[in-house]
Amino acid sequence: MSGGPPVLRMRGVRKEFPGAVALDVGEAEIHALTGENGAGKSTLVKVLSGVHPHGSYTGEVLVDGEPRRFTGTADSERAGIAIIHQELALVPQLTVAENVFLGNERVRGRGPLARVDWGRTTVEARRLLARVGLDADPSAPVSELGVGHRQLVEIAKAVAKPVRVLILDEPTSALNEEESANLLRLLLEFKERGISSILISHRLNEVVRVADRVTVLRDGRSVETLDAARGEVDEERIIRGMVGRDLEHRYPPRTGEVGEIRFEVRDWTVDRPDRRRAVDGASLTVRRGEIVGLAGLMGAGRTEFAMNLFGRCYGRYVRGTLHKDGREVRLRDPGEAVAAGIAYVPEDRKELGLLLDAPIRDNLTLAALDRVGRRGVLDAAREAVAAEELRTRMRVKCRDVAQAVGELSGGNQQKVVLGRWVFARPDLLVLDEPTRGVDVGAKYEIYQAVRELAAEGAGVLLISSELPELLGMCDRIHTMCEGRVTGCLPASRADQESLMRLMTRTAGAPPGTTERRAG
Amino acid sequence: MNAPPMAAALRTALRGNVRRYGMVIALAVIVVLFQILTGGLLLRPLNVTNLLLQNSYVLILAIGMMMVIITGHIDLSVGSVVAFTGALSAIMLAEWGLPLWAVLPLALLLGAAIGAWQGFWVAYMGLPAFIVTLAGMLVFRGLTLLVLGGESVGPLPESARTLATGFLPDVQVGGVHLVPLLLGAVVAAVLVRVQYAARADRIRLGLPAASPAAAWGGYTATAAAVLAFCGALALHRGLPVVGLLLLVLITGYAFVMRSTPAGRRVYATGGNEKAAMLSGVKTRRTAFWVFVNMGALSALAGLVFSARLNLATPGAGTMFELDAIAAAFIGGASASGGTGTVLGAVVGALVMGVMNNGMSIIGLGVDWQQAIKGLVLLAAVAFDILSKRRAPGGGRPAGDRAGRPEKVPAAGAAPGPGG
Repeated sequence: MSGGPPVLRMRGVRKEFPGAVALDVGEAEIHALTGENGAGKSTLVKVLSGVHPHGSYTGEVLVDGEPRRFTGTADSERAGIAIIHQELALVPQLTVAENVFLGNERVRGRGPLARVDWGRTTVEARRLLARVGLDADPSAPVSELGVGHRQLVEIAKAVAKPVRVLILDEPTSALNEEESANLLRLLLEFKERGISSILISHRLNEVVRVADRVTVLRDGRSVETLDAARGEVDEERIIRGMVGRDLEHRYPPRTGEVGEIRFEVRDWTVDRPDRRRAVDGASLTVRRGEIVGLAGLMGAGRTEFAMNLFGRCYGRYVRGTLHKDGREVRLRDPGEAVAAGIAYVPEDRKELGLLLDAPIRDNLTLAALDRVGRRGVLDAAREAVAAEELRTRMRVKCRDVAQAVGELSGGNQQKVVLGRWVFARPDLLVLDEPTRGVDVGAKYEIYQAVRELAAEGAGVLLISSELPELLGMCDRIHTMCEGRVTGCLPASRADQESLMRLMTRTAGAPPGTTERRAG
Repeated sequence: MNAPPMAAALRTALRGNVRRYGMVIALAVIVVLFQILTGGLLLRPLNVTNLLLQNSYVLILAIGMMMVIITGHIDLSVGSVVAFTGALSAIMLAEWGLPLWAVLPLALLLGAAIGAWQGFWVAYMGLPAFIVTLAGMLVFRGLTLLVLGGESVGPLPESARTLATGFLPDVQVGGVHLVPLLLGAVVAAVLVRVQYAARADRIRLGLPAASPAAAWGGYTATAAAVLAFCGALALHRGLPVVGLLLLVLITGYAFVMRSTPAGRRVYATGGNEKAAMLSGVKTRRTAFWVFVNMGALSALAGLVFSARLNLATPGAGTMFELDAIAAAFIGGASASGGTGTVLGAVVGALVMGVMNNGMSIIGLGVDWQQAIKGLVLLAAVAFDILSKRRAPGGGRPAGDRAGRPEKVPAAGAAPGPGG
């Protein structure tokens, strides 16, 4: 937000899409880039970073008013543009310091005689880590760090070079609230020192909190640029730009009735593989047609609870019982859980959810193959019809159901995973962060599908870190903290503050980390 | 039919199906090439029959290996298992005097047990298949030497030799055997019927399907290839016993992998083991049974190989694992698992077999044969991977899989569907 010329400017950039992109990033500015999945954000980043080399797109990229022609990432780095990728580009087996200087080693000597200067590597790595606020041992392997810390290592790696514009592609999507807040604070610090940032994020509350300007992309076109100084930046305004219409309701209305108790979990206790307690005596119920939320900070044990419940596919089962319709069921593997009518949609859809190279059709029918066959033989026609129906119902945007699922955008991939379980007709659907990394339009369609399932009588257990999502979707919300269920509120009587208090109700620690939403 | 529409139809048929038909076309090209180079010797009835007999055990192994590779594993031990089971079968037949009907199930059980041993370590103990089967390669080669005492066992009784080199009883009309012709007609009819039904389904469901001209071209080519092959057999000595065995195996396994939940679970396990597990697939059990199956097929190949040589030798089956692995990869398997078909493995094995045979006929030394086969394997897999990368939709859409520069296709990649 200074009067100088833009550090970085894109003019009429056009690739893959009919529309063109214009983007100005000023000196010491945090410029947010928002848009639905497939709107062209990542393409734009690749143009800026030289991954899409000059000549593969039309239009101009200017740095300090000078047209530049990047043919590779080395060029853009020389121009002071550094990128923090969505999926972290660190080598887990190498140490923190080695990663920070990867491809940019601190050496003694020149040319072929150069060898790594370990003293400088360690000292400078420590200095850079301090700069990004990471208290980690530079000689520890990156594999020992959590995802939030890895993100910081990545940023330290970027600022190890003379960087002027930092591009962050969904940097907070894998972080918890506290880590996200730290990261955003870091961006503000960088801004004080004159480093600009381009922040790509689906988390609009974060965008609103830190961005000086917001450029909204739609269908590969920059639709508008909103200026915070002129008070134009608020969530509703951004969403309107992204979807090109007013999204009146972010959550579909409730339908159907809540019935009797279908599932009851009592005293469920799980140990991590290293024998630390992950879940400690969790108890909850889910009724027919009910959507029950499970709120908690990262590490609260929600995923561990859900995965252990789902046929013990995580950690070590210690004790606890699961009752379905009043009768106890014992599930020793996911196959038995599926047979008992339980479905689990994992948080990491690429790693745990999808056969990326297989057709959409095969992905959709995988959990209920007996429903597309007769006497142990698959009926290709019936399978294709079933897949087609699911595709329509889940509103999956694709060429046809024979397309490989890996070619779809994140939101559509998530619809396929969800569709698999819709087809299996579960009695209990456990959703783990179902809308993480999913754009606004696809989110609504996922919510609709969940509502429809509940209206048909399934119980839903919704794990989410987005409190507005829980408040908008659930009938009741359980909170977890440090492996224990710390409370249960009907959604009608809950708000973000009350949930956050319960989510941080640790043994002794005051719930002081609550953050109010800006805007 | 004049040329331009024909060419257009061919292009349509090929578009997007390079991966599916690429290897079939490559096989056709190789056959034509060697037919010319050998001055017409390659496709003489005698040689076609020989091709089938020579490659029978590689074909058997390739089917099992394809399934192992689809599951995301590898089996380096099949050559040694072939030797070991072949040796024990020969001992049972030649020294103990057991009849073939008793030895065959015993050999299969032995192979299955070996597969279960390796499957146990891979599937349930989580050891890399590469290591487990490398160990198996050494163990079973050692055990072969042990049971044979370093010597060969043979000759085998007539009944066993029939399995590998015999022909079905037949009716001849003017020197032409009727059984292969009848069988060829049936197989051709079934294959055309399957293709026809698949296309009809696609049309009924509104999915893109080949144009009528391309479709009929495909049916004709299929029928012609099958009939030509069977015709060649008919002109020589009829249908080999092992040919019937192969037909049953190929049909059976193709059906299982294509059309049963069990087959789908094999693909799912290899495609993404964790996702399959979380969808209720018993992935460990699946991988275990795939290895059991590989063991049983190795034993069958061992028996056929011993019977063909009429002898069990300590060195039998050396490098067979590499032939089978090469066949699977030439036939379209992916090293990361999850893709490949039984028919692909058959085509891959035939590519290797025709090359072996053709190069031998034209008198190329083993030195050159090895080098050329190696290059063909490399070329086939390179072609496969490059065509995958360029295929429409093969480029990942923007916003997805970003941040992995090494996966980003070169400029000019087709845009993904976005959304």
